[in-house]
Amino acid sequence: MELGEHISQRYNQELEDIRSKVLKMGGLVEAQAENGVKALLQRDAELAENVATADDKINALEVEIDEDCVQVIALRQPTASDLRLVFAVGKVITDLERLGDEAAKIGKYSKKLAKKKTITGMHAELSHLSELALSLLHDSLDAFARLDDERAVQLLAKNDKINREFNALSRILITHMMENPRNIKNALRISWCARSLERIGRYSINICEHVVYLVKGKDIRHTDLDEVLAELFPDDDL
Amino acid sequence: MKTNTTTGDGFNIEINGTVGTPFTDNAKMGSRNCDVFYADKQAIFDINLDIGKHEIIAMIGPSGCGKSTYLRVLNRMNDTIPICRVTGEHTLDDEDIYAKKMDPVLLRARVGMVFQKPNPFPKSIYDNVAYGARLHGLASNRSELDDLVEASLIKAGLFKEVKDDLQKSGTGLSGGQQQRLCIARAIAVDPEVILMDEPTSALDPIATALIEELMDELRQNYTIAIVTHSMQQAARVSQRTAYFHMGKLVEVNATDKVFTNPEHQLTENYITGRFG
Repeated sequence: MELGEHISQRYNQELEDIRSKVLKMGGLVEAQAENGVKALLQRDAELAENVATADDKINALEVEIDEDCVQVIALRQPTASDLRLVFAVGKVITDLERLGDEAAKIGKYSKKLAKKKTITGMHAELSHLSELALSLLHDSLDAFARLDDERAVQLLAKNDKINREFNALSRILITHMMENPRNIKNALRISWCARSLERIGRYSINICEHVVYLVKGKDIRHTDLDEVLAELFPDDDL
Repeated sequence: MKTNTTTGDGFNIEINGTVGTPFTDNAKMGSRNCDVFYADKQAIFDINLDIGKHEIIAMIGPSGCGKSTYLRVLNRMNDTIPICRVTGEHTLDDEDIYAKKMDPVLLRARVGMVFQKPNPFPKSIYDNVAYGARLHGLASNRSELDDLVEASLIKAGLFKEVKDDLQKSGTGLSGGQQQRLCIARAIAVDPEVILMDEPTSALDPIATALIEELMDELRQNYTIAIVTHSMQQAARVSQRTAYFHMGKLVEVNATDKVFTNPEHQLTENYITGRFG
């Protein structure tokens, strides 16, 4: 989607500022999530501690962007794509704040896990799930930055993969817990991290849905993916 | 018809007919292939549009886009301009309003008009409202006429404010009251359609809100077409919005669609303030 400039330069600037703040917030969230995963997989207690306590910048940006959106609605009465931008931003930053929380949770549990003996055979699964979740987060933020609705729709399908991976990991954890009850505490911590990774995937999907709304003006939440494809991209083979 | 239009941004956007839903299945008025010329200059190009019963349709667009000219087509106000020529088919309840047997004075009683600047006659409030009714012989005696004047003023939301001053001059009222007086005058001849050409652009926000509230009530009994420069007003009062651009009808859609997700790039540019 490409849009021309407003007659009012200041209005242009206000919307541009909102967009760049969202991108900045997205960058912080991505860094937090990456560091959380790194701390988890590399058993880095110090990094984990940092991640667990470093989401205040993200929270402050959420409040700031929210205020900016209210200002624009009150003073500019945005319409059409501008209105959709402001509305989508309001939702995207809610998801970004939740993403930040999930990253902090991974940090919190990783700190504990870093000091414990690792549960054998978990690393590969966790690493794979992390990779899926982080790449989906990265790609959804990219789709938002480029207002790329086609890419956003392509990403929707990745949610299933993450769910499958999360379920597989849960089954393994259950086995571990049944084998030796002394594993339960750590297995639960790993399970909570896995849960946070699954949430990171889901919130990233939400962002993709907001991108489609922003660009196409269609609300595709709670809609079957095949229906979305047939309606929005009838000629494309996505 | 294909035409390229250069916008302020300098890139070409094609107007290829009208997008959206210009036609309804309950048309009160309709136009097909409407062209309007002022001498050699064409002001309106091939407009096809229905105005549905009991709907308020808003016509928006930049100055000179032809929206007021088109509004004036609908009650043959353009007849009064000698160099103006209107073509195409125009109907009111499937009746050709440009037919030879159609009396434009009677047509204008059925399709009333309210103008930008309130224009009460320099007569009493009572006589302003009674004027059309007398002209068309709508009341057979004084008491019937009294009732008609009162009913029209009530419908126009003005009666309470002027009921003790009916013999005072209409021109002594405030701008907002004058505009409601003009609406009462239009209503008094029992029209079917009311055309409004920027009816609130000279009024303050309170008077504007009163007129807008009135329009919503009037919609129960009448069909209304309003030309407005205020997009917020179009958004507030209308069910459908028509966007005009350089004499062409670019898009007609449900108002909520136009303001959240317009179909045509030119509509989008205009309502988001990107029109150069």
